Formats: sequence, structure tokens, C-alpha cells
Amino acid sequence: MRSFPASKWVVPALLLVALAIPLLTDNSYYLNMLIMIFIWTIAVSGMNMIAGYAGQLSLAHAGFFGMGAYTLGLLMAKAQMSFLVSLVMAVALTGIVGAVVGMISLRLKGHYFAIFSLCMGVIISLVIEKWESLTEGVRGLLGIPIPKIGSFEFSTVTSQYYLILFFLVLAMFVNRQIVQSLVGRTFISIRNSEELAEALGINVMQSKILAFVHSTVLAGLAGALYAGYLRFLGPEVASIEHAFEMLLYLLVGGISTLWGPLVGTALVMAMMQLLQSWQDYRMIIFGPILVLIVMFLPHGIMGALARLKMKRQSVLPETIDNENRVIEKGTTDRRLAGGEIDA
Amino acid sequence: MLKTEKLTKSFGGNIAVNAVDFQINQGEITAIIGPNGAGKTTFFNLISGLHRPTSGKIFLEGEDVTNKPSYEIAKMGIARTFQTTKLFAEATVMDNLIIGHRLRTKSGFWSAVIRSKRYRKEESECREKALQVLEFVGASELANRPVASISQEEQKRVAIALALATDPKLVLLDEPAAGINADETSGLAELIKKMKQAGLTICIIEHKMQMIMNLADRIMVLNQGTKIAEGTPAEISRNETVIEAYLGGTPHAQAH
Amino acid sequence: MELFFQQIVNGLVLGSIYSLVALGITLIYGIMQLPNFAHGHLYMLGAYVTFFMITHYGLSYWPAILFSVAALVVIGMLLERLVFRPLHHAPHINSMIASIGVMLFIEATARKMWGSDYRRLDSPYDGVIDLFGLTITEQRIIVILSAIALMIGLNLFLKRTVIGSTIEAMAQNREGAFLVGINANKVSLMTFAIASGLAAAAASLAAPINLVYPSMGAMVNLKAFVIIVLGGMGSIPGAVLGGYILGLAESISGTYINSEYKDLAAFALLVFILTVRPTGLFAKEAR
Repeated sequence: MRSFPASKWVVPALLLVALAIPLLTDNSYYLNMLIMIFIWTIAVSGMNMIAGYAGQLSLAHAGFFGMGAYTLGLLMAKAQMSFLVSLVMAVALTGIVGAVVGMISLRLKGHYFAIFSLCMGVIISLVIEKWESLTEGVRGLLGIPIPKIGSFEFSTVTSQYYLILFFLVLAMFVNRQIVQSLVGRTFISIRNSEELAEALGINVMQSKILAFVHSTVLAGLAGALYAGYLRFLGPEVASIEHAFEMLLYLLVGGISTLWGPLVGTALVMAMMQLLQSWQDYRMIIFGPILVLIVMFLPHGIMGALARLKMKRQSVLPETIDNENRVIEKGTTDRRLAGGEIDA
Repeated sequence: MLKTEKLTKSFGGNIAVNAVDFQINQGEITAIIGPNGAGKTTFFNLISGLHRPTSGKIFLEGEDVTNKPSYEIAKMGIARTFQTTKLFAEATVMDNLIIGHRLRTKSGFWSAVIRSKRYRKEESECREKALQVLEFVGASELANRPVASISQEEQKRVAIALALATDPKLVLLDEPAAGINADETSGLAELIKKMKQAGLTICIIEHKMQMIMNLADRIMVLNQGTKIAEGTPAEISRNETVIEAYLGGTPHAQAH
Repeated sequence: MELFFQQIVNGLVLGSIYSLVALGITLIYGIMQLPNFAHGHLYMLGAYVTFFMITHYGLSYWPAILFSVAALVVIGMLLERLVFRPLHHAPHINSMIASIGVMLFIEATARKMWGSDYRRLDSPYDGVIDLFGLTITEQRIIVILSAIALMIGLNLFLKRTVIGSTIEAMAQNREGAFLVGINANKVSLMTFAIASGLAAAAASLAAPINLVYPSMGAMVNLKAFVIIVLGGMGSIPGAVLGGYILGLAESISGTYINSEYKDLAAFALLVFILTVRPTGLFAKEAR
């Protein structure tokens, strides 16, 4: 795997550690925290697809998270549908709504799109809050049954942990495959310059819609997993504050890097837990952090690491005789260079 | 090869391009010259599909392409460069170029995820194409350099390579020699001749008159959106209207 | 019918507030290409400053407003200097994200310092006026008239002073704005000062009608964005007109349709209009 961290064993080792954690501890506090980190990482990695790679800042993603969560919750609690069917429906619905919203909004340029998506997010959260006959409004949706696949009940924290870890790995694998492919390169070329991409024969609108749908599906998936794990929902899951938090995770970890969503979400959520007694001060601290990051660390932690690495590499003499190596380097460098955030 | 009929574009009352009849012949180098604000770039934007014309028609090899979107025009074989190169500065030259051949590939989301056989074939085609066009413009050694670290002239070459990676029939070059010195300009002129020899049709906007006079088979002169002259370089340099409107009274004056 | 006219008056009050906030956002956007998501929170701060000046420090209404405007002018200038000017040459998305950071900070700070309680500011003008058979509270009249006065004042400033006309030229048309030879930094500083001052004035005028609480700025902010998108980002007449249109639309639809979904109306309107016209209602075709 050529992705960062570059060493071949880092990713398998991380995965092994992740798989082993429940065997080493049954402290549900830590498992719960990891589960939350996994869930939000999936959602943030979706935001990364559209904002980081395709360059369209979407603030609607908390709304899509909420939509996924409520779809699963309502189907399981009120329509007595099975977990898997509900999950598929939740993902499908966020994808379809994402496609419709994308078709309308992705024609808008730059700031207009960000503002439109913000309004979309507000609309979704208002609908969830106000449509009491369906969603129970601010009373909250209770009574979501324990997720079951076949006869297996995900009733313990450990089983939920593995279920959600599975989807996290799946999501990150798909993202990696996309980012390091012609499809991902297409997204990046659009972020770089829509005019140039269009002149190179790329159907910009179609690609943007693809990136957006992929990103809303990830947000919807994360929301559905969240609903299946917590088994109660309040309208605040869709609130715009969550979109801002996701943006914070993404920027801390590194926008348009593959590992940024995981690193940022884990780091910020862990810090928030540590500062729990400081609950009231959270945003007093993280607000300025957001400002400082865009000023001094615009590519986040992973972006900064990648840049360091690239600097070290470019000191080494280039060998062009081996064509394979040239190509390989090409891929790495492009991805490493992906830390740029641009409107 | 490409023909426009009464092509017109106005922006809220300002007429940028006014009823231009124009023709680009197969295998030739056609130049468009004119003072700043004459509508040259707007004209390019129209024939490359970036802007929709207000009225008039565009034909490519006899087919009406007037309202086709930019990306379809590109697929039909018109490639272009921009005044500012618009390359992704933080990525390497190679990475910028790979996307140039994307329009000739078909792989979508799922084939990329599973890395299907067709996908792998198409990706290696894109890489081969990138290396090939880089060699054509004489910049193979730049493949792994970030665009930000190469010179202005090298960036111009890479931008041309990117246009060539789309497998075009007609290449539109928007001021390729702007901002580079005399030596580099003649090197670039060589490259453009080489493109012609390779069978490409070229249309070029340029201010550097000497380069144009040596290079072009035919020249169109635009002034305030209107075509005021058309002909061979020799004809243009004798044309009274042109000398008056554009060259400011002195034939062969450098406009830049 | 009387209800209808009553709602027209309410709509004008609401529209006055929206217009003043939207004017600030549109000026900042026009000058700095920055959608300032923290603007509504400056509005909220303005309301709190007025509130405390009156309740804790015993100032009367108008001096309290003046103080609040002055305080917010300073805060606005500080923000420009410390946060947005350093980011001026960064990609636009960066300053937009920074404004979100500022927004989170201001709201959390307000919540910490003043709690989440809703506070009521008693109006010194609680009388009612009988106008052609309509009863209108004096405070509402004051809001409408003061907003008009402020807009006229702003207009005079933009038309009659050198720096004002530079701001206007830059906001409406970025090309050729430096012809006058005024320092761009000074222009953006002034713009932030004016925009923040307008927000403080709007909040203070509205405080006796609405309640004062830490998240009061969020909704106003979103609606002001709806307005300037509709009116064309950077357009001054668009912001004023859009503000009144939205105010009237909300107050009328709130009465005749369903007040539960009143907040939704604005966003639904935006979605609808952008669907039909992707560049907003009044935007000209860009070259």
C-alpha cells in the first residue's frame, strides 16, 4: 500500500491493534469512545471526498448524517424492518437525496455552494425537529430494536465495535481506491480548475455529483450506524453544529488526505473527552484552534507530515531509468500533494 | 475544419465578439491577433464551448457544435490551453498530465474500486500517453518535478502537453509565449511547428508579432470584437486597416 | 384586513433587522470575498452589550446603543486585523473556515459568560401609537425609522466620501477599484467596522422586541445569507430589498400558513430560487 503512512506494515498493524482492542479490554468506556470515533470518521471521510478532493465545501453533511440515522431508526422502530434492510434503505435514501440536492446545488460556484449546503443542512434538521408525527420531534425517537443480522444480535458493545469497525475499514478502503484512481484524479482536477477540467473533456458536473453522492452516502451510513448503536435519536444529531465539528475534525487531521479524517476525529474527540469537565470551554478552545489551523497548518496534521516527507524525498536524486519507479513515485507525490485546500 | 458563421457574444450589452465569420483549415496554423480587449480570448471561449454564443453558429468538420458543452467539444477533438496555465502547482508534472487522457477512458466508480482489468488497462494507457506527450514537448526530465518548481516556459510546455494528451485534432493556444523570453519563444515556435508536422491543426492567439509572422499560414485580425482583416502574413502586414487600427502606423511593430 | 396590515408592519420590522445585518455581510463579501459566518454572532454580542449597559450600568436606551455600536466597531476591526487580514491571500475557503471558528468561539464565550438564559430587555418606549386605525407599539416604529435613517446615512457615506465610494466601488465591482489610490487594508478595516456597527445597531434596536440569548445570532445569520444570495452577493440594493422581502414573506406566511414552519420558508425560498437561477435574482452574467 503506497498510501501514507508509507511503510507497508503500518496499516495491517493498525488494523490488528483495532481488532485486538476488545480482547485486551472490556472497558466499555473506551470501546464506546472508539465506536464514536469510528462512526464520525466515516462521516468526516465523506465530507473529505466532496470538500477535500472535489473542492466543494459542503456544510450539509450533519443533515445527511441525521437523515441516515432517522431513516434507520424509523424503519426499525416504526416499520419493524430488519437491521440490514434498514441500513441499505438509509444509505440508498441519503444517496438519492444527495443526488437530487447535488444536481441543484453543484451548479453553484464556490461560496454559493457552501451557503446553499448550509441551508440544506438547516432544512433537514428543521424537518426532523418539526415533523413530530413522524420523528417524535424534540421528544426523541426511542425504541430502536437491537440490530440483528440473521440470528446474531449486536447487543454487546464489543459486537457493535466489530460491526462498526468493519464499515470503517470498508469505507476507508473504498475511499483509498477512489482517491488513488483516475476517478479521484478527476475530482482533484476539478478542485484545481473547473475550466481546465472541462476543457480536458471531463464532465465536471457529473463528476461533482458522483463525489457528492459518495460523500452523502458515507454520511448516511455513519448516521445509520450511529442510530443502530445508540438506539435512540434526538433531532440535534442533524444540527448544524455537528457539521462544524466535522469540519474541525477534518481540518485538524488534514483535508484531502486519506488518513486525515481518522487522525483528526480521533485526536479532537479524545481531547474533548479529556476536557470533559471543561465542557463549556470546548468551543472557546476549538474555535480559535480552527482559526489557527487555517492560518498556520492549512493541510492539517497528515498534510504537514506528508509535506515533510516529500521534502525529504525530493532531496534524493531522481532515477528515471526505471519506468515503474517513476510511475510509482508519481502516484505517491500526487497524493501527498493533495493537502491543498482551494475554493 | 472549423468554421464560424456570424458568431456573436455579448455580455449584458457589451458586444465582445461581433458577427465573426472565420475558418480554420486542416493542417494549418491560423493566428488570431488584435489589441487587448479585442475579443480574442472570448472567441476561443466560444469555439471551445466554455461560453455559449449569443448568436451565430460553429461547425466542426461540418457538424454543428454551437451549443455543445466544453467537455463534449474536447471529446470531439478540440483541445486548448489558457493564458494562465491553470496547472495544479502542488502536484507533479506527471500527475497533472495523467488526467489529460481521462476523456478517452470509460472506467467509473466501481471499476476503480475493484481495479477491474479494463480499469488497469485504461490507467496504464493514461500514464503512457502522459509520458509520450511529455517527450513530444521535450520535457521528459520534468516528469516528477512539482509544477510549482519548474520555470514559466516549462509550465507552458506542460500545458501544451496536457492539451495534446486529449488526442486532439485541433489545438487552440491562448498566448503561449506570454511572459517568456526571446530564446524561449523561438523554442516554443519550434514546438508549434513540430505539432503542425505531426498533423495537428493549430489556432493561436499571440501578441508577439514576429513569432506569428513566421509561424502562421493565415491570420485573422480582431478589433473591438469585429474581424477587420484576414489573410496570409504578407497580406496582413500590408493591410492598411490593420496598420491603422492595430500596428499603430508602423508595419511590423512589436505589440509587446 | 387589520391583521394583514399588522403583519405588514411586523414584516417591515423584521425586514429592517434583516436588511441591516445583510448589508454588513454583503459589504464584507464584496470587499474581501469572505462569507463571514460570524456576522450573526457579532449581532448577538451587540444585543448583549446594549442589554448590560442598560440593566447593569444604568445607561439609558440611546447611549447604550451608541456604546454597543462603538464596542462592536472595535471588535469588528480587531477581527479584521487579527484573523481575516492575515488570511486575505490564502485560498478563500480558509477565511470562510476561519469565520466559522470565530463564530464557534463567540457563541461559546457568550454562553459561558452569560449563560443560555433568555433575557428580556424592557423597551423605554412601550406606548402604542394609533395609525389609521392600526395600533403599533412605539418600539416598532423606532426600529423601522432608525433602520431607514441608518440606510440613508450609509448611502450618504458611500456616495459622498472618498473612502465610502471606494468601498462601494470595490463591493460592486472589484476591477479598477484601486484607481482612487486608497489603501486596501484601510478599506477592509473600515468595512468590518461599518458592518459590525450596523449589526450592533440592528441587534440593539430589535432587543426590546425579541429576546436576548447566545444563539440568537445563528438564525439571523443564516437568513441574512439567504438574503444576500438572493440579492446577489456584494450587492447593496440587493441586500436591502432582499431583507424587506424576506421579512414580509416570513411574517405573512407565519400568520397564514403555519408558524411552525416559518423558519423553513426562508430556506425553501432560497433553494427554489437558486434552482431556477443559479446566480441569484439580481446577478448579472459574469464575463
